[in-house]
Amino acid sequence: MSTTHPLLATMGRPSMLRIYLVEAGYELLRLLRTPAFAAPTLAFPLVFYVMFAIVLPGQWGGFQKATYLLATYGVFGIIGPSLFGFGVGLAMERQQGWLELKRVSPMPTGAYFFAKIVMSLTFALAVLLLLSIAAIGFGGVHISVGTWLLLVATLLLGTLPFCALGLWIGTLVKGQAAVAVVNLIYLPMSVLSGLWMPLFVFPAVVQKLAVIWPSWHLAQMALGVIGQVEHVRYGLHAGVLLAMTALFLSLAALRLRSN
Amino acid sequence: MSLHEKKIVPLDSRPLASLRKASKRYGKLVALDAIDLEVRAGEVLAVLGANGAGKSTALGLLTGRLGADAGEVELFGSDPRDPATRRGIGVMLQEVSLPDTLRVAEHVRLYSGYYPKPRPLAETLALAGISDIAKRSYAELSGGQQRRVQFAMAICGRTPLLFVDEPTVGLDVESRRNFWRVLRQLRDEGTGIVLTTHYLEEADALADRVVLLAGGRVLAEDTPTGIKSRAAGKRVRARSDIPVAQIEQWPEAGKVQTSEGVVEVRSADVEGLLRRWLAADAALRDLEVRSLNLEEAFLSLTAPNAQAATIATEEFA
Repeated sequence: MSTTHPLLATMGRPSMLRIYLVEAGYELLRLLRTPAFAAPTLAFPLVFYVMFAIVLPGQWGGFQKATYLLATYGVFGIIGPSLFGFGVGLAMERQQGWLELKRVSPMPTGAYFFAKIVMSLTFALAVLLLLSIAAIGFGGVHISVGTWLLLVATLLLGTLPFCALGLWIGTLVKGQAAVAVVNLIYLPMSVLSGLWMPLFVFPAVVQKLAVIWPSWHLAQMALGVIGQVEHVRYGLHAGVLLAMTALFLSLAALRLRSN
Repeated sequence: MSLHEKKIVPLDSRPLASLRKASKRYGKLVALDAIDLEVRAGEVLAVLGANGAGKSTALGLLTGRLGADAGEVELFGSDPRDPATRRGIGVMLQEVSLPDTLRVAEHVRLYSGYYPKPRPLAETLALAGISDIAKRSYAELSGGQQRRVQFAMAICGRTPLLFVDEPTVGLDVESRRNFWRVLRQLRDEGTGIVLTTHYLEEADALADRVVLLAGGRVLAEDTPTGIKSRAAGKRVRARSDIPVAQIEQWPEAGKVQTSEGVVEVRSADVEGLLRRWLAADAALRDLEVRSLNLEEAFLSLTAPNAQAATIATEEFA
């Protein structure tokens, strides 16, 4: 290959940091202005939490219901933006040709994924703040600042496997079909891994099968952090989540390469 | 105006972009068959061809969207699949819809940020004719306005090379004229422009060079005038008393047609034909000699191949 043409060589280079940040900023702006995404993503976990943990009375043996459900609805809440923002976003952008235009632009590929991850994390954090306000302000939940920070950190890191899953779904289906696919995975997975109601209300077989869901592993870690489940094997759950992340990323990379 | 301040002078005689013996297949269908193509600074290159001729694939290779199965693809002497190389190009694609909720100026600002020395935002908006709708969200725009925003995103980087794929589909006459004016202006500033279009009138009006593709090969490469003359010479029309059957016998005469008493003769040797015809028919009147337009030239050059391409596509469908 010959040397670079002087017209390109003398053009200079734009600030990479700026490209990444601006890309993330517009991704956030775009979704904040999309009520069909922003409203359910932020409101559903909060509404469910308020209903099941605060409004409905009841006691579950030795569990503190409002604290227990803060962890599990936290998991439920951070999955939404990962699957919908990442997965559906990619699927729509592939269908609309937007991704094609990005792919012939000088935007570094990393900036696209960085923007989607920042967006997922920002919405996840917003969901967790709303849930925490409800839990601590109205649900009588008492946790130390340190524990709360650890819970938030666990859940934010926990978006990784779901971003990867969303990415894979986004490479598999295009456009609105992705919404259906995501709902088909998101809702059953949430229920069957005990995010809406604790697993012990389900038949034994459902409890046994819960290990296949990444959301169950993340919920175990969150419940451990918040003191609702004892003897949590953090290393094991983190390992499973990392392995699932790697698997989804590889599957997505295969799909993207074959396209 | 600031546009005229800086002329980009080509510092290098090398082409800005080139394909050398580049091939691309989709399964069994050969989209491009070892084609050569060069784009130089300060020229408008029109890539023409029927659907499936390989235009989009050729653009895909040059813009880094696709990789070649064989042959070489160079953009500024480098690999277009590297995003850094693409800082030198602006691209307008067909059938793109941008995120609805972002505003016009936001879209252009986002893309401007990808380039090291972008145009000022106001200048880009003015060139694309969208200054008055800068604050509107993309969803509110008409089809033609959306195309103009996409054009703005292609030219915002002040790049030495521009790819515009069917740019004026859906534009009204005035927008199209404005679009041509801007493309000519950029060309005169030294920008290389690759244009694909279905409007042959557009290629005729803009292009310095035309590459005709058919079945993944380069069928002809020439100036628009050259293509026209290459196709089938000129058309001569006149009212004449000489029987058509006799005209058809003349060696200079190609295809002969009559309608409403006017004889139309295609000829590659128009001077020879005229000499013979005028000598033979003292009463010759309403004489008219006309070049083929690009559309007619295009049809006569691609007709057999277009058919072959259709058959090939059907076989693989």
